[in-house]
Amino acid sequence: MALAKIKQDAMQERLATLNMPKGAAWAMAARNDAVARLAKAGLPGRRDEYWKYTDPSSLVQTVAVPAAPFATDESPVFGQIDRLKIVFRDGVFDASASDDLSMEGIEIERLSDAVQMDIHWAKELYGVLEKNGQDPVARPLATLNTGFATDGVVIRVTGRPSKPVSLIYLHNQETSDAILHHVIRVEKGAALTLLENGPAAARFSKVLEVDVAEHGSFHHIRAQGRDHERRAVTHMFGRLGSDSLFKSFTLTANGVMTRNEVVLELTGDNGVANVAGAALGDGEFHHDDTVFITHDAVGCKSRQVFKKVLRNGATGVFQGKILVKSGAQKTDGYQISQALLLDGDSQFLAKPELEIYADDVICSHGSTSGEIDDDAMFYLRSRGVPEGIAQDLLTRAFLAEVIEEIDDPVIADDIQSRLESWLQRRG
Amino acid sequence: MLEIKDLHVKLADEDKQILKGVNLTVGQGQVHAIMGPNGSGKSTMSYVLSGKPGYEVTAGSALMDGSDLLGMAPEDRAAAGLFLAFQYPVEIPGVGNMTFLRTAVNSQRKKRGEAELSAAEFLKEIREKAKALKIDADMLKRPVNVGFSGGEKKRNEILQMAMLEPKMCVLDETDSGLDVDAMKLVAEGVNGLRDGKRSFLVITHYQRLLDHIQPDVVHIMADGRIVKSGGAELALEVENNGYADILKEVA
Ligand SMILES: Nc1ncnc2c1ncn2[C@@H]1O[C@H](COP(=O)(O)OP(=O)(O)O)[C@@H](O)[C@H]1O
Ligand SMILES: [Mg+2]
Repeated sequence: MALAKIKQDAMQERLATLNMPKGAAWAMAARNDAVARLAKAGLPGRRDEYWKYTDPSSLVQTVAVPAAPFATDESPVFGQIDRLKIVFRDGVFDASASDDLSMEGIEIERLSDAVQMDIHWAKELYGVLEKNGQDPVARPLATLNTGFATDGVVIRVTGRPSKPVSLIYLHNQETSDAILHHVIRVEKGAALTLLENGPAAARFSKVLEVDVAEHGSFHHIRAQGRDHERRAVTHMFGRLGSDSLFKSFTLTANGVMTRNEVVLELTGDNGVANVAGAALGDGEFHHDDTVFITHDAVGCKSRQVFKKVLRNGATGVFQGKILVKSGAQKTDGYQISQALLLDGDSQFLAKPELEIYADDVICSHGSTSGEIDDDAMFYLRSRGVPEGIAQDLLTRAFLAEVIEEIDDPVIADDIQSRLESWLQRRG
Repeated sequence: MLEIKDLHVKLADEDKQILKGVNLTVGQGQVHAIMGPNGSGKSTMSYVLSGKPGYEVTAGSALMDGSDLLGMAPEDRAAAGLFLAFQYPVEIPGVGNMTFLRTAVNSQRKKRGEAELSAAEFLKEIREKAKALKIDADMLKRPVNVGFSGGEKKRNEILQMAMLEPKMCVLDETDSGLDVDAMKLVAEGVNGLRDGKRSFLVITHYQRLLDHIQPDVVHIMADGRIVKSGGAELALEVENNGYADILKEVA
């Protein structure tokens, strides 16, 4: 079906503001293919079923809505962790703020360098996992990213590097509009921990393609920046080989608009994919977790755990799907999404889905949305705990399950301390 | 210590009167028992004293040490020295029993302008008190009341009471659902706190508990009022004859 005129116009307008970066033939092929696909799919619109709960207009429009950079005296997240730092400022690589990119067991390059090479392994992944992830649901903003990303990192993990790679996204300019694209290949038996933090820009589009070979493992912890006015659309595409592990956790505190899509495909037997997120929103806050996990191999496990604490009119969205293809026997799929509404103005919209074509599977999903339990609140207060502190205790308790999804105790403590400061900033 | 006068209470969002003029005075250091048929308003009275939302006081007053309880927030009543052992202790998943108790103890101390207990001081104290109630370390670590048996929940209430050292303790059917040994533990816990100054209001269905905790005064509550008061012998009378005779007599 031809694209509706209104969608065509919107897309042409948007493309007119973008420049396709130059590169080697394979990179240009991937980018041009993305533009061709975009011409068919169009950009997301309010009427699209997949954008029913989140208005994409500010993510699609030609110029980013300006966002004031947020000054805070809070120590930056992951500050206590020994890591290899790679800094992007408003979407531009900052060499002087970054560490030397060499480390044992890993090869790290900038995307903007990799795409200049006539032969590069990244050809097998750049835009490839993104393209795979377009079926059965189109994700045009990721396609746009493949076409026009200005930079990113390209990482090949061959061993077990001694420390995590840490991508730091600083935001300095009020009108910055950043498009970054990262490609990661975790080779057989290799292991990587990737940290990401920061708002990146007034508007941030990011795609992360991760290919984890058999027996490989990928741990990902992300803290999205606290800038109230920032907007972000992020996509993470993962392909998991046999006996591989993929674990991702995201903390989002503040941000006027966030859409985080995660698209994972378990393609080898006995793979494990866990994705989790804690979102804390106050007032002008719209946060959308959209997750799609496909089981296409035997004996794989997947787990989605998402919790949101919302107050003063904040909105949380969860769209999560587990697709079990025929033949994906012994699948163990779990999904939970919960919101704690600290007042009657806030709302949570959830669409949990299971689609199963194999018979020997265990899949469960649940979604709840509710306020603080009155009985628990009274019990605590009757023991002398003031109302505010009681609310914090119960909020912490609500989030405890999702924090447990983080394996590393030091990182878990760091994330926990961010929750604490969010609670303390109670408005 | 506690002075309840002509207390009238209805449900906040329903036209249902539950307490219809309760009068009750508990002196310092005294133990009073309240008995009465199910539904007579005993729990409601204990909830209203501690400030549970959902009830509306339409007349009367309740003073503790001369200050107006009913105008205070629940946490302020607790800090002022009121404690309610719940008939049905609440389970709070995700909040550790220790964290809960330490927060409670220190919130109260802070409100009273006292120094907060350090982690070490608190630990030492809770270990001693838990041991006396046969509460093991595991129960202290678990989330508040989650997965506790009925008896464990009640012992946990008494542990909280022992840690918070209130002036006025209200126990709402702390004995129900307890076997003889557990009841003895609870009674010992309560008796251990009797120091001549602390006062108790013990709501119970059974004479049994009162064998262990000697009351100074026994009240019978029926249909939202105290209908009869007397000495410990009144509890025996209820035990032997039920409420029917007493209710007939006061009707
Ligand atoms: N929150 C409530 N909602 C509805 N009815 C209530 C509520 N609280 C108490 N009642 C009613 O008030 C009466 C007294 O209850 P309660 O105080 O629990 O009595 P007791 O503890 O003496 O058994 C009962 O009829 C009970 O059903
Ligand atoms: Mg009762």
